[in-house]
Amino acid sequence: MNEICNTCKYNTASGLKKLGEKVTDYDYVVALAGNPNTGKSTVFNTLTGLRQHTGNWPGKTVATAMGSFSYLDKTFKLVDLPGTYSLLSTSEDEEIARDFILFGKPDVTIVVADAGRLERNLNLALQILEITDKAVLCLNLMDEAARHGVEVDDRTLARDLGIPVVPTTARSNKGMDNLLQTIYDLAENKIVTQPHRIKNVLGETATAIEKLSNKLTDLYPGLPNSRWIAMRLLEGDTSIITALKEGRLG
Amino acid sequence: MEDKNKQLDNLLNEAEDLRKNIGNRLHDDLTEGIYVDAAKIVGDSVYTKDKKRAFRMDRAIDNIVTSRIWGFPIMLLLLGIVLWITIIGANYPSRMLSTLLIDIVYPFLKGVGESLHFPVWLSGILIDGVYLATAWVVAVMLPPMAIFFPLFTLLEDFGYLPRVAFNLDNLFRKAGAHGKQALTMSMGFGCNAAGVVATRIIDSPRERLIAIITNNFSLCNGRWPTQILIATIFIGAVVPEGLSHIVATGSVIGIAVLGIGFTFLVSWFLSKTMLKGEASFFVLELPPYRPPRIWQTIYTSIIDRTLVVLGRAVMFAAPAGAVIWLISNIDIEGQSIAVWAINAFDPFALFIGLNGVILLAYIVAIPANEIVIPTILMLTVLSINSITGGSGAGVLFDGNEPEVANILHAGGWTLLTGINLMLFSLLHNPCSTTIYTIYKETGSVKWTTVATVLPIIMGFIVCFLVTQLWHLFA
Repeated sequence: MNEICNTCKYNTASGLKKLGEKVTDYDYVVALAGNPNTGKSTVFNTLTGLRQHTGNWPGKTVATAMGSFSYLDKTFKLVDLPGTYSLLSTSEDEEIARDFILFGKPDVTIVVADAGRLERNLNLALQILEITDKAVLCLNLMDEAARHGVEVDDRTLARDLGIPVVPTTARSNKGMDNLLQTIYDLAENKIVTQPHRIKNVLGETATAIEKLSNKLTDLYPGLPNSRWIAMRLLEGDTSIITALKEGRLG
Repeated sequence: MEDKNKQLDNLLNEAEDLRKNIGNRLHDDLTEGIYVDAAKIVGDSVYTKDKKRAFRMDRAIDNIVTSRIWGFPIMLLLLGIVLWITIIGANYPSRMLSTLLIDIVYPFLKGVGESLHFPVWLSGILIDGVYLATAWVVAVMLPPMAIFFPLFTLLEDFGYLPRVAFNLDNLFRKAGAHGKQALTMSMGFGCNAAGVVATRIIDSPRERLIAIITNNFSLCNGRWPTQILIATIFIGAVVPEGLSHIVATGSVIGIAVLGIGFTFLVSWFLSKTMLKGEASFFVLELPPYRPPRIWQTIYTSIIDRTLVVLGRAVMFAAPAGAVIWLISNIDIEGQSIAVWAINAFDPFALFIGLNGVILLAYIVAIPANEIVIPTILMLTVLSINSITGGSGAGVLFDGNEPEVANILHAGGWTLLTGINLMLFSLLHNPCSTTIYTIYKETGSVKWTTVATVLPIIMGFIVCFLVTQLWHLFA
């Protein structure tokens, strides 16, 4: 974009200032999560102006990268999490991502999803929505999906998921203005979400989760992710047990 | 508060009971539940026009590049093309740079030093040491890197690396290692420190250690130029002119493939001895092919990789240049420290088919592999001077390939020395950055030592064997 576009009031992205690695003073923390190879690092680079190495293979980002940007009157710290298919296992990358969303309590979590492979990508998105309700689905790689004849009705999707859905093509900077505005609105509590909760858990497991989850809310009123913590307790996740004992949750 | 702790304990106990009750079903039930939800949501909001057409191109390409018959030849061919373009293309800019930096700027700086009445030691350290080593690194390293990295990054952007992993997976499993090691190995071809960090994608600690220890067998960008230069000078030179580029390319590919061979061999050895165990199962997603954005890739790979690596090389080359000048000019009993060291290393080094200069260069160059060739050249010139009684240790030479060849031939190098240097460049300790990274990743002195010492021992053995065979047949 040239100088005129950057100052035009009709360009909603004109409020964006890429601040690179400067992450000292910030108003909000934003996490970038998603399946491997969906373009998280590309979104990260587009927003921060940094040049995290991007590459077309799953598992490229193994550590969390940080950068920052400001939009309108607020400054955001952006954390690029390792790409994972799930948050249920014990591998290092999944633990990093899980712990950051759970304990780091980001103000907004961007779930980057591959529009052409949505079903598999939702697997992770649904888990994240059990942990945090301040999330936006960044429906990335729209160009590729279109090329492969896949169309996504983002409004229905947003209604079903209960969070904003923003179609983007981060590689060519499409839809990033909408994404920015949504991040801003979520952080400022201008958008209220009603995130989808996993419904089709089977038999006894579902009952056990309900039971534990209710007890947890009795003990810690206002705990936003009691169901998720119940699932982790049923898994025997020691880091969650320790965190509960140390009072770091709830 | 006490009450709350008690309640929490009760809750945790209850959770534990429920957990025993549900047991392994939890994971399946949850995963199943999530999939059913996801499928339902997708069914309502995603519309696929023609299922048969989707991803057809990708599958067609995959059927070829991951096929049993064509997979390996295509891999070698692509590597060959990349190296060949690098060798051909680097020649000309390399010559221009060395003319500029060494024939024009160097005498100019010398002149400035003289007109400012620099004492001999000062202009020695600064101009003959620091400047010259830096200039050498730039002239020798910059052109091949500026060509090799963008080409490699284009392949990466296109989505070829996971296919390499797919092709190699079977071999890794047979070696008792993790299939994802193919990815960390490919990263190692760029930089071993990056490759070591990338092993975090491997869950099993045993397999991760194997991947860390063997990453050094991937030729890193600090070593590609060494391989390319030595192959051009020594191996390309023994065949007719028209074939020299192809033969040089072939020999560098040979070394890279040998490195992959050592990766398998050592992985297999480790998984049978120190790190016993079975290979674990994993799922690798073959990402879609994406048309690389050519200009952006070239731009970012030059900024991100080439200049970063070059910057690092220059940072290490500058002090190394000072060290080289100092050890060449501080005399003990009429002989410089460098000459003492070279003479001390010579018997053992010649025994295994290298020479004292090479070993000393590898010690000076522990911080960065990038400066091995410049160090070897400066030390060789120095030792020739000390033999022929040339005027002091002031180092002055032209930077083009014939000139480098002349210097090395004058230093007593043969085709065997060249081959052994290529082998030793593949099989020696990782650079200090990588060693430090290994320590940070493993947190273990023991495994860091194994990863450091094992390749050196292998290098000594391989060079020795090659030398014996050479003498037997030649």
